[in-house]
Amino acid sequence: MSIEFRHVSKTFPDGTTAVEDFSLTIPSRETTVLVGSSGCGKTTLLRMINRMVDPSSGSILIDGKDIAEIPPVGLRRSIGYVMQNSGLLPHRTVADNVATVPMLTGVPKRKAREDALALLDRVGLDRALAGRYPSQLSGGQQQRVGVARGLAVDPNILLMDEPFGAVDPIVRDELQQELLRLQGTLGKTVVFVTHDIDEAFLLGNQVVILQRGGRIAQVGTPKEILANPANEFVADFIGAKRGKRRLRIDETGRGEDVLLVDAAGYAAGVLSADDARLVLTGSGPKSRSVSNKTDQAGDA
Amino acid sequence: MDWVWTHLDLISSETLAHIGLSVPPIVIGFLVSIPLGYWASRSAVARSVLLTIGNVLYTIPALALVVLVPVVLGLSLLNPGNVVVALTLYAVAIMVRSAADAFASVSADVRQSATALGYSAAQRFFRVELPLAGPVLLAGIRVVSVSTISLVTIGALVGIPSLGSFFTDGFQRAFLLEAAVGFVLVLVLAAVFDVLLTVLGRVLLPWNRGLRPTAAARRVIAQQLPPIGAR
Amino acid sequence: MLLLQGIAWIFAPANWASVNSGLGIGGEILSHLFYTVLSVAIAAVVAVPIGLAIGHTGRGRGGAILIGNVVRAFPTLGLLAILLILLGFGLIPTLVVFVLLGIPPLLAGAYAGVESVDRQTVDAARAMGMTEWQILMKVELPLAAPLLLGGLRSSTLQIIATVALVSEFGSDSLGAFIISGAATQDYVEMIGGSILVTVLALLADALLAGAQRLTVPRGVPRGAGGRTTAGGRRILTAPSGAPISEGN
Ligand SMILES: Nc1ncnc2c1ncn2[C@@H]1O[C@H](COP(=O)(O)OP(=O)(O)OP(=O)(O)O)[C@@H](O)[C@H]1O
Ligand SMILES: [Mg+2]
Repeated sequence: MSIEFRHVSKTFPDGTTAVEDFSLTIPSRETTVLVGSSGCGKTTLLRMINRMVDPSSGSILIDGKDIAEIPPVGLRRSIGYVMQNSGLLPHRTVADNVATVPMLTGVPKRKAREDALALLDRVGLDRALAGRYPSQLSGGQQQRVGVARGLAVDPNILLMDEPFGAVDPIVRDELQQELLRLQGTLGKTVVFVTHDIDEAFLLGNQVVILQRGGRIAQVGTPKEILANPANEFVADFIGAKRGKRRLRIDETGRGEDVLLVDAAGYAAGVLSADDARLVLTGSGPKSRSVSNKTDQAGDA
Repeated sequence: MDWVWTHLDLISSETLAHIGLSVPPIVIGFLVSIPLGYWASRSAVARSVLLTIGNVLYTIPALALVVLVPVVLGLSLLNPGNVVVALTLYAVAIMVRSAADAFASVSADVRQSATALGYSAAQRFFRVELPLAGPVLLAGIRVVSVSTISLVTIGALVGIPSLGSFFTDGFQRAFLLEAAVGFVLVLVLAAVFDVLLTVLGRVLLPWNRGLRPTAAARRVIAQQLPPIGAR
Repeated sequence: MLLLQGIAWIFAPANWASVNSGLGIGGEILSHLFYTVLSVAIAAVVAVPIGLAIGHTGRGRGGAILIGNVVRAFPTLGLLAILLILLGFGLIPTLVVFVLLGIPPLLAGAYAGVESVDRQTVDAARAMGMTEWQILMKVELPLAAPLLLGGLRSSTLQIIATVALVSEFGSDSLGAFIISGAATQDYVEMIGGSILVTVLALLADALLAGAQRLTVPRGVPRGAGGRTTAGGRRILTAPSGAPISEGN
């Protein structure tokens, strides 16, 4: 299920040009992350894949077939979509929310509900939550339900628009790991939107760094981008942060363990003397995944 | 049209009677609602009690209220004052809600900074809160004004003269012109009152000029005030 | 004491059979209810689909508000008099007036209800692959129900109050006792009639308030959001007592 953008542009009726001449191939069964600052056209690009937005010019192909010829309702039912604030239906229980699309497509109610429960297991939610309403869940739980709903029809393509943007860093971290685990077993074609470069590098097999107007600044694996930023903009986008995150050994550190501090002078971790393993202090401003990334950045 | 020229006296006297019955409920309703609304804006209990009473009052059809008010107050049933009292109750029922919203729309920050500047409670109320609540109060009183002018006509059914008398009389004589004259005059009066209130608002709230109505004011204007004519 | 006499008048069996050789209390109640139910039903059939369409598409809202404001300024009694003179006295012209007055609150309840549904929720429903019709029926309508019922409540009260006026023009309603009592200076009859009209209105209001509460979808927190909710609720149902949720 590869997705191909061919010279796609989108100008909204009010004259805003959100995307200009965008071409990209999104490989099958991998995670592609679109990353860029607010307003650069990420959501617009993503929503063109399930025809929530139609391009003004150019075409989008899924497995070689132009989606302009596929009726939008059917297309959307075959593609999972997860959005920032989960978009759950407030008047339906968790199980009913997850079962919504299968029921629309004619799966019998009983079966749809059973499948929904299995999906809750999959995304790491207690089945006991099945009868709750979205307003009775935490933000992280709602997001998990959102992911379960996105997977409910077992779609080949999963679109995720800043799905973890509104949860706290610890929960975000959990959800990211959960997604990595899921993707490891499911192998969907995932298109993930974020403005957090760390998240992009963590989750993406392919990362697309976007500039205003949906212009591609660089496409590549995280490693390629970190090793060879294509231009000033990319270097800035990833590098400014990298500089801040560069760790050094704190000279004043006493004892066998060595204290690591980041560029701002905050303690970021401890290098244990016995096995030279990075131990997190938890007091640093960055979460664990970030430190991992720092590690990676250091490698590169 | 001859009827109009031959009945100018009657038309003007009924119009004056109509105005006489309309103004007191609007004015008294406004004045009574200010303290009640302020209280409701400061206390959740007061708010729910006052609004519930207001809602019950507002549920009573006007024709019944005009009869029940004097009975409860021990007044004569044919006293024009009955219409005034009944409509004042309606006015308060509508206006307390607007006033509560108006005072609630004054931001807590502004209130606190006024206190911090050294305003006494009374000074703060008259110089800060009342003026800032003004636009929403104005929106509320305009709704009350239109509603009251329309409702005064109901008095005609129990023998209290107003422009509404042209409706009952016109129907009895199957005389369209008479009813239409009454109808148009009621609308004209409502429009004139509305313009007067707007002008008054411009004069008293100069800083509000040219601003788009605030969300709270718009809500008051758009509120689905049920029943005007018949209640 | 006149009030007690009025109550006694209501409980006098003779008055239920006939008053002043007209219909009795029972008959006037039935007639009042007949006009009310029929008019509310017709108004709902006309206004609800239009209101839902306005809310769903976002088109025509200005027109609906304009109609509401204009009709609100009309003196009901004058509207009745003029239309009955023009169209002639009869069931249909009378109903036309009631329906006309009952439409604006229902229209507003329907579109305000749909508009109160979080646009993100609707967007998510569309992205999942719901058709526009499914979005309307499975998402917007259930979430709009409390506001819609608020509109029904306003509309019903408006019509009950207006029906009381038509006795001036010869139709049967509970207003007959007030109007004929005023004409013959029979205060007790006037008071009895006023109490009956009041009780009818309060009962209808309580009934619909209960229905309104039942339609708040489970899972949608009731009264969440304090003042916002109170404000939103007013848009929909001025005369209601209990707080209902805006849906969001
Ligand atoms: N429906 C619309 N009508 C008009 N302009 C729009 C519409 N949707 C998006 N835009 C504009 O298009 C541009 C790109 O928007 P888009 O939502 O795709 O950005 P984004 O990268 O997702 O931003 P964010 O990170 O803030 O979500 C912005 O300037 C936005 O204002
Ligand atoms: Mg976006």
